[in-house]
Amino acid sequence: MSLPSLLRKLKLPVAAMLMAILFSACNAKTEESAGIKPEMYTDSLFAVMKADRTNYTKLIVKRLGPAGANVIKPDEHWEDLENGAPLPAQMFRAGAEGVTGLTDKFTYSLQSLWPVNKQNAPRTDLEKQGLQYIADNPGSNFYGEEKLGDVTYFTAVYPDVAVAEPCVNCHNNHKDSPKTDFKLGDVMGGVVIRVPL
Amino acid sequence: MLVKKKVFWIIWLLFTLMLSAYFLIPLIKQENQGMFLIGETTHGHHQIEMACDACHTKPFGGKEVLQDACVSCHAEELKAVSDSHPKSKFTDPRNADRVALLDARYCVTCHREHREEITHEMGLSLPEDYCFICHKDIAEDRPSHAGMAFDSCASAGCHNYHDNQALYEDFLIKHAGGEAIKAHSQRPTLNAFELLNAKKGYKALSIEDLLATEKTYDGDILQAWQASNHARSEVGCSDCHQQEQEPWNDHPAVATCESCHEFQAETFFLGKHGMRLNADLGNMTPAMAKVEMKADAAHKELSCTSCHDSHQPDLSKAATESCMGCHDSEHVRNFPSSPHALSTDVSCATCHMPREQKVEQGLKIFRVNHNQNMNLKPNEKMIRSVCMDCHSLEFSIDALADEKLLENNFSGKPEVHIRSVDMAIERDKSKSNKDSLYH
Repeated sequence: MSLPSLLRKLKLPVAAMLMAILFSACNAKTEESAGIKPEMYTDSLFAVMKADRTNYTKLIVKRLGPAGANVIKPDEHWEDLENGAPLPAQMFRAGAEGVTGLTDKFTYSLQSLWPVNKQNAPRTDLEKQGLQYIADNPGSNFYGEEKLGDVTYFTAVYPDVAVAEPCVNCHNNHKDSPKTDFKLGDVMGGVVIRVPL
Repeated sequence: MLVKKKVFWIIWLLFTLMLSAYFLIPLIKQENQGMFLIGETTHGHHQIEMACDACHTKPFGGKEVLQDACVSCHAEELKAVSDSHPKSKFTDPRNADRVALLDARYCVTCHREHREEITHEMGLSLPEDYCFICHKDIAEDRPSHAGMAFDSCASAGCHNYHDNQALYEDFLIKHAGGEAIKAHSQRPTLNAFELLNAKKGYKALSIEDLLATEKTYDGDILQAWQASNHARSEVGCSDCHQQEQEPWNDHPAVATCESCHEFQAETFFLGKHGMRLNADLGNMTPAMAKVEMKADAAHKELSCTSCHDSHQPDLSKAATESCMGCHDSEHVRNFPSSPHALSTDVSCATCHMPREQKVEQGLKIFRVNHNQNMNLKPNEKMIRSVCMDCHSLEFSIDALADEKLLENNFSGKPEVHIRSVDMAIERDKSKSNKDSLYH
């Protein structure tokens, strides 16, 4: 077989191979640019938040507070006390406020269907839906998208569970708490994480 | 005809150059920039209005640039009072609908400068019922607030937008009751000098210890100095008058005092007395003030030594006499005949330059904050830092809300009653409050 006729015969298979290589390269590039899925991103963020929050509650508030060594005073108005320490929920919110000064890639907040401070009740439709979902389905997370202002967000809602006695004690006895029969392990609220898309 | 045309063009060119120079030279030299002011500056900034770049740090950038300027001066103060409405509250996307109505992420949304015709007390340039935008349903949570006008939220003794340290509900409950005038003042004693001197082990200097210099000392000054805290902390003449081998200076600048009295100088620069010096605009004078001043004091220049005689051991002159040497409002004129002046050791500085605790070198030190505007407005800022040292919370709230008492310098009892404490107590009783380890 002469070289020109061989080339003519191979033209189609070679073109097909080239197309396939090009397509797979494009595909690989598309996958690469998609990066980490929002759900995995917020799940990871929540894991860190939950670990820190649980540790603060158990290792600091419970251990050093009035139920333990009684050397610090975890109190809602901790700044007015010489040895005052923020309550776990306040510590969590302080973190959320700190993050706003560091990045605009995500925001988070602590909310509840039974908030001590009414400003921490869910506000957006998706927040209301998500908070209700995690209360009705203990152990499950909630994910969705919502448009707030001009921006569309991936919004994830995670259950905030009573991990230690101080959580239950404080909420059940607070005069502004709409629910006073929380038990250890109950879903008390939700952590809402938002990622602008 | 051609000559006429040439003359016209030359005149036009000269006129254009002169006009450009008229506007450009002040901009380049950054002085006499008054022609660029677009309106009357507020009482908080008029002292530095000729330092345009104090706020307009860049020619472009809009609100972000202005925000940075606001924050550079006011952030610490807002942090110190646990700002009730920090920016972070509004950067949360869940408040996007609120931000669309009132963009509280930026100071200038509520405090527009150079707009005197729309500016209220506290430099607020919004209609005074702005709380409605976010708190219109407050009566659902607080039935006691039903029917209250939204322009009355920030009335004296109720709420402030930024500083509610003496007005939040649990504070009102905790400090309810008590004698209007306490049997013993709880005003802190200034202890910085004693504590730091003891720690550093200074030995008092006497006149004999002064090194011989070519300067001829005034005998009276030497005697005064010998009795002063300066002599007791080993500060001699040259430490202030001849720093670092410089020629002798009869009138040391604020920077000289600042080299030892850092906190006092820092706070002085933040207040209306020192903010011009801080902006390199020269000393403030009573003639520039927007409040009533004595005509014969118009051209006094404000620095540390305009209030303090640094050679004298007695600091009390700076606490009242110096203030009254310039200020001339009805409140000031009534001070000498007020119960504070006649029956107590309360001075102008007691209220307007409060003593603040700082922990330094492991010591709890009380020092005077020299920013006399820090707790001046809104006047509820004074409640915790000053009033409650001697008075009950309720009495303090009522007194500060009584315009007549403010004018006559608290000669008499409050004739108005603000119900903040009553409302907090009533609400507390109506709730099934139980004891908790955590509140």
